[in-house]
Amino acid sequence: MAYKDEQLIEEKVFKDPVHRYIHVRDRAVWDLIATPEFQRLRRIKQLGTTNLTFHGAEHSRFNHSLGVYEIVRRITNNFADRERWDREQRLLCLCAALLHDLGHGPFSHSFEKVFKLDHEQFTQKIILGDTKVNQILKKVSVDFPEKVADVIAKTYSDKLVVSLISSQIDADRMDYLQRDAYFTGVSYGHFDMERILRVMRPMDDQVVIKATGMHAVEDYIMSRYQMYWQVYFHPVTRSAEVILSKIFQRAKVLYEDDAYQFQLEPTHFISFFEERVKLSDYLKLDDMIVYYYFQQWQEEKDDILADLCYRFINRHLFKYVEYNPDPQINAGMELYQLFKEAGINPDYYLVVDSSSDLPYDFYRPGEEEERLPIHLLMPDGGLKELSRHSDIVEAISGKKRTDHKLYFPKDRIQAIEDTNLKKRILDILYGKE
Amino acid sequence: MLDNHAKLLYFFSKAKQVTGRKKLQKMIYILQQCRVPFEEKYQFHFYGPYSEELTLRVEELCNLNFLKEEKEEKSNYHQYHYSITEDGATFLNQFEVDIPEIEDRISVLQNCSARFLELVSTVLYFSYLPREEIIDKVHTVKPKLKYTDEEMNEAFQFIDELQDKSSH
Repeated sequence: MAYKDEQLIEEKVFKDPVHRYIHVRDRAVWDLIATPEFQRLRRIKQLGTTNLTFHGAEHSRFNHSLGVYEIVRRITNNFADRERWDREQRLLCLCAALLHDLGHGPFSHSFEKVFKLDHEQFTQKIILGDTKVNQILKKVSVDFPEKVADVIAKTYSDKLVVSLISSQIDADRMDYLQRDAYFTGVSYGHFDMERILRVMRPMDDQVVIKATGMHAVEDYIMSRYQMYWQVYFHPVTRSAEVILSKIFQRAKVLYEDDAYQFQLEPTHFISFFEERVKLSDYLKLDDMIVYYYFQQWQEEKDDILADLCYRFINRHLFKYVEYNPDPQINAGMELYQLFKEAGINPDYYLVVDSSSDLPYDFYRPGEEEERLPIHLLMPDGGLKELSRHSDIVEAISGKKRTDHKLYFPKDRIQAIEDTNLKKRILDILYGKE
Repeated sequence: MLDNHAKLLYFFSKAKQVTGRKKLQKMIYILQQCRVPFEEKYQFHFYGPYSEELTLRVEELCNLNFLKEEKEEKSNYHQYHYSITEDGATFLNQFEVDIPEIEDRISVLQNCSARFLELVSTVLYFSYLPREEIIDKVHTVKPKLKYTDEEMNEAFQFIDELQDKSSH
């Protein structure tokens, strides 16, 4: 039997708190899960620093990847007898779902911002490069790795296949919303996925939703909206994220300073500092490695690096105030100078964080954009964009709320000896002018 | 602080007015590919490179009243026009943003149609591939737009000229 058709003698299951069971029957899927590149995802938290706010959020990219695979498995089973579905695409969909986040690194978003990297490019490199994952995919067919990489990159010719894994209502989002809600313990984020899966219909270039299932989709859109503001954009999590970025920035600056000698050489980060990262360097990084350095760097001679690491490790985070750049820009500029006067380096200790700094989005109807909106399949066979039919969706996908916050170490300000300077800074921050 | 917002405002101050969200997305992407230091992250979204970060940042600038967004009703869609406001210009004055020679490139891009910019940005997205494979990719990801060989050649030539401008 060809490897692509090979089935395990007995179905294997993974117990899962969100989907109850994750079922594996395909030999290729089972073999992919066992690769070092996929197992590495166990050591990368799905939500990075969110566990500092919601202590349950310790779940990993591994959990989520299996979850996305399971949802796609159920969708392809539901589609099996539908006219517009090509059954030959099943294994491709399953592998792309399983591997879609393979290139994520530890604390991806901050890490990528500071070092100007893109985890999607690493996903491509792992799938197409000299890796165990590539060896297994090649056993399916010589061009299979490229097909999987194209589906994940959204450049595959069959848009229906792409839309299962990445669209405005895809398996990726359906898994992470439910999983993140479960592990954070919040009560929003839940929706009736079974119902959505039942009303999904394959069309030529996208999955659409039978109009009678609109209310289940409304619930999903609401979950997405609430999770965005309540979990993903939580100000305490953002504070940790701000400190994390500043640690990476500071370590890079110190590495570039010939006069500075690290007590613990940043071996794992050198190729990132020098912008010549090889895949093998990237694969060696995980949350544990990052925590090890942060733990050790608390002892560094550089006060800023040591302090930021202490704050991150011990959850001694920055405080924040709402910040409106108009009209507060002058106040922001003054604060910058006052921090300098107080001996608190504002490049590391005075940070504006905006909603656009967050790697999550909410539903948009997709006017003039490259993103395909959610379409409802009407009884007459026509398609209608969701927000044009649903008042709820229209309301929350209209004018967007945006947000800016100013982060700073309040304890350092309280410790300023010059009382006038301290008062001036606090007055600006807390608006007592 | 807010340097990326300031860079975008600088772009709008030079462009005077940008018409169409898609055109805006493509212009910033193409400029990025010409080494203009915009930091908005782009991903391939179904039909071409798209930056959610840019969309959000523009919304923030509109909500702050630094940018004006005007919605124009067309026969079966809406078109959006963007221009910098007085408040936006005042905000920008607080920063020392200087992107040399951006004006020339903006005016070249302003004169192109959204369809052509869509082609150029897609070609740039696949620029790591050999030319023949780029052409195949464009036809694969944008089958409905049916780009002609002439348009393809024009796009490659346009990119050469634009990147040449940025290297001088």
